[in-house]
Amino acid sequence: MSRSTTDTPTSYEREPEGAHPPLDHPGYKSTRLRHPRQPLIRLPQTVTEITGPQLGPARLLGPHDADLTRQHEGEPIGERIIVGGRVLDTEGKPLRDTLVEVWQANAAGRYRHRSDRWPAPLDPGFSGAGRCLTDDAGRFRFTTIKPGAYPWGNHHNAWRPAHIHFSLLGRAFAQRLVTQMYFPGDPLFAYDPIFNSVRDPAARERMICRFSIHDSRPDWAPAYGWDIVLRGPGATPFEAAL
Amino acid sequence: MIFATTPSQTVGPYFAIGLPWEAGPHAVPPGTPGAIRIAGVVCDGAGQPVPDNLIETWQADPAGRFADLHGHGGPSALEGFRGFARSGFEVGDGSWGIVTVKPGAVPGPGGAAQAPHIAVSVFARGLLHRCVTRIYFADEEAANAADPVLASVPADRRATLLAQPTDDGYRFDIRLQGPGETVFFAV
Repeated sequence: MSRSTTDTPTSYEREPEGAHPPLDHPGYKSTRLRHPRQPLIRLPQTVTEITGPQLGPARLLGPHDADLTRQHEGEPIGERIIVGGRVLDTEGKPLRDTLVEVWQANAAGRYRHRSDRWPAPLDPGFSGAGRCLTDDAGRFRFTTIKPGAYPWGNHHNAWRPAHIHFSLLGRAFAQRLVTQMYFPGDPLFAYDPIFNSVRDPAARERMICRFSIHDSRPDWAPAYGWDIVLRGPGATPFEAAL
Repeated sequence: MIFATTPSQTVGPYFAIGLPWEAGPHAVPPGTPGAIRIAGVVCDGAGQPVPDNLIETWQADPAGRFADLHGHGGPSALEGFRGFARSGFEVGDGSWGIVTVKPGAVPGPGGAAQAPHIAVSVFARGLLHRCVTRIYFADEEAANAADPVLASVPADRRATLLAQPTDDGYRFDIRLQGPGETVFFAV
């Protein structure tokens, strides 16, 4: 290899059982016909898996990408909040220049999506999508509106706790992660099969942001902090020849 | 390990607000010589299409070079080669599709060459974690026969990883569950 890859692992740690939710989770009905029944086959981590795309130029569109409250002429309704944190790997190393994509419901719990039939109002001042690249310290930051809870058809009286969807590309195909960020103290946690699909309570806590007085802006917006941890380097050497 | 990873959650039914974009399905710019379309249908365990599927692909260029941060293998000679494509629709019908070029061979375990392949992530409502598979090409018989990853797959399931030639590229269907279930990998 001719170029420095000092901050780019050549293998990734295999994740322990239970790090992620099981694909078969009966409480979440949509998993029933969609989870593979055959066992997964262990894939060696070759050059295909330890590399990944650089999507910054393709995806960053304008000055308000990371400010979801300024993407329309009028301001959105709801509680303005700042959501920020770092993207790290399991060794604590920040991941710089990695794309963070978010999408969410508006303050009333309605998504700007043709399939969302929940009769809460759409907000002409809010699309609900944002993007940013992490800085050299792995930091990201969005200004947005606190999303509302909303009902869904999974079971009788089913409500999703308020959440923001996050998509992380990481440095490598092996690090790709899509997840949801929840807000502290949500009374709906106990009833949500998606949140509870993560069986380890400590792991569930890792999906909940924390209120941060330090990052809140006086007379403007309260802030929530959330660090996202992607897979770290593996102990084993690269499994393929370079 | 100092920190534990953030758990995965489903992409949900409304990802089209934030993830697909106009050029997303194009791993190469329009007009790239040798561009092909790879497309198919994603089905569930009842054989029904999965309209809210989101498919991402990652691959080398025809010379085995990657457009990652470090330009693995050296800079691609293909102008604008991205190697990544994302297919997803606000209101879909179960189909997916990308425009790309056929990748070249890249090194595999122990230095053995891998047959041309594309890494695939499958997301959807009802998938709490992505499913990872690979696209191989049915018309690469010799390379496929020597591929170490294909060799690790039971022979009677290998065909689920083979894209079949069409008029403008290849067809690759993804069956999440049931008869003909696509082979999925743990990365």
